[in-house]
Amino acid sequence: MKFSSKQWLDSLPDPQGLLEEVQRHGRKSLITLGLPTKSSEGWRLTDLDRLRALFDLPVYSGNQTQNSESDHFRNRNIWPSTSSKGFRLVVDSAHELIDSATVPEGFTFLTHEELSQVLGRTLHKCECNSEWAVEVNQASATKILALRINGRVPPLELIMPACPNEFSATRVLLILEEEADLELLQMVLGAGCSAQSHVLEIYLGNGASLRHGWVALGGGEASLLGHLTVEQEPESDYRLTTIHQGWSLCRVEPRLVQLHGQAYTSINGLQVTKGSEQAATHTYVRFDGPEGSLDQLNKSVAANRSHSIFNGSISVPRVAQKTNASQLSRNLLLSGNACIDTKPELEIVADDVKCQHGATVSQLQQDELFYMRSRGIKLQEATELLLEGYCREIVSLLPLDIARWDLLNYLLATFHE
Amino acid sequence: MIRSDSSLILEIHDLHARVEDQEILHGLNLKIREGEIHAIMGRNGSGKSTLAKVIAGHPSYIVTSGKVVFQGRNLLDLEPEERARSGVFLGFQYPVEIPGVSNLEFLRVATNARREHLGHEELDTFAFEDLVRDKLKVVQMDPAFLERSVNEGFSGGEKKRNEILQMALLEPMVSILDETDSGLDIDALRVVASGVNQLARPDNATLLITHYQRLLNEITPDFVHVMAAGRILRTGGSELALELEKSGYDWIDQASEMRD
Repeated sequence: MKFSSKQWLDSLPDPQGLLEEVQRHGRKSLITLGLPTKSSEGWRLTDLDRLRALFDLPVYSGNQTQNSESDHFRNRNIWPSTSSKGFRLVVDSAHELIDSATVPEGFTFLTHEELSQVLGRTLHKCECNSEWAVEVNQASATKILALRINGRVPPLELIMPACPNEFSATRVLLILEEEADLELLQMVLGAGCSAQSHVLEIYLGNGASLRHGWVALGGGEASLLGHLTVEQEPESDYRLTTIHQGWSLCRVEPRLVQLHGQAYTSINGLQVTKGSEQAATHTYVRFDGPEGSLDQLNKSVAANRSHSIFNGSISVPRVAQKTNASQLSRNLLLSGNACIDTKPELEIVADDVKCQHGATVSQLQQDELFYMRSRGIKLQEATELLLEGYCREIVSLLPLDIARWDLLNYLLATFHE
Repeated sequence: MIRSDSSLILEIHDLHARVEDQEILHGLNLKIREGEIHAIMGRNGSGKSTLAKVIAGHPSYIVTSGKVVFQGRNLLDLEPEERARSGVFLGFQYPVEIPGVSNLEFLRVATNARREHLGHEELDTFAFEDLVRDKLKVVQMDPAFLERSVNEGFSGGEKKRNEILQMALLEPMVSILDETDSGLDIDALRVVASGVNQLARPDNATLLITHYQRLLNEITPDFVHVMAAGRILRTGGSELALELEKSGYDWIDQASEMRD
């Protein structure tokens, strides 16, 4: 058997419930796939020892999450209250009956029959249904939150807390019907030595609109694998903002397809790393029709000996004439020992398109620092102001009154440690 | 305003400085007293802007010898922020854009840094907003610029107004304005010059660096200095600027030839 963590697979509960078939498929695939290796381009830069260590953790066993920590991201007793207009759902392995939650008008849970028809479709469209990290999720996830959204609905906050010392997996599927309008904030909260795997599938019907925030905050030795997959019909508007901070190992892959073009997509990301952390964002956007638009900005800040990776893939096949896509990767190195790998990957076959990309890796701008110092602002404070400004550009795009979580100060505290 | 009894604010003695491997200042001497307005003119590359940056403490400029004494202290011993806190202000020729940093917050932090040095109480957000709105009048600046990132997307004129706004808030003892008139249309020039005039007091001093008489039509200097090859070649009153406007700088070459 190629898979080196057979014990982990054997430790999983027997396939059962709604995801029984998916679990069987995932486990079988993992045995065939084995662990990723450096010879695979997509995993070349990943710290495989840390990846392997994911399987030292047992899958959720039913213990309640510890709530003794003072940090409001780790302790659910002191989570800030939900945005006044919105509502909150907690998605973790501990919630047995997620489809029994009360949801506002405009949200309906998918029936088992509906789910069996659509589950995995977006993964397939985004060409990642057989990806190793997806199969890990499919092998282990036992719960799924699946919602259909109609009309303009209240904002939704999904919290995905970690189970300390355990591996947890969640799966979410959202179908936004024609003209539906949603603001979604996902808070993925790691803790201690834990690992999480999340797979998200989103379908946006014609004219649907989704402003989507994904905030993943690690802590300790936590690890994260995430696949955010999105299908967009024409005239839909999808705006994703991602924040990654504090993971020993973090690999998140937003993958998106404009099914017939003529849609708008924006992806803005920020990853902050320190110590010996490694964070990777791999995005993939494909236009399967004409006149689609993409605005993408990925930022990173790497301190100490940390490693930040961005891989931005854009595919513009012949059918995607008049595509207008722009991708910018901006990276800030705070230490000579930190490492940044950034790679734009544009595959353009259509000949009447406007696609631009750029990547910068720099230290804090000396002219900006001097300008501030020449106004009496101390070097340390000037540095903090610059970092705050750098992070704010992305944080300010998050939906659902993110100030409730005091996220910006939390991110900036990273640099004081 | 020249007063025989006024105190010396800034004294530069035999200043030599370089950037990278190139020596730019070659023994510059200058004395500025309270209440005075000085103008430094000269060709491109004569060292005017270098002098401004050396006084402000730009880390790329290395002083190789000489002294700069500000209110009795050796300015060259101080970090750039300490110079600013103690009352030295540099108005930038090209004010820097700082994306993501709110102009209002930047101004507040800078103002409080200066106030701390002066032993004044720190201003909270509300008190500062009152102060800054009052100071906006000095340069007729739209309050909307406070909400934007520092200088980001500002026109040339707006950036220069923002510089003078900072000068108004920081109340420096000596202000060095590096080509504040560059990139300004006539109306903006008048507004900026009017701001500088309003801020000139008997107990502070201003050093204008400029190429053009048009700024000096609005701000009358007490002294005009002509710089060439990293030192001051000639000093006169405001009439010297008029003479330069007429005759240019060719006489500098003749003077050099005669010296050689």
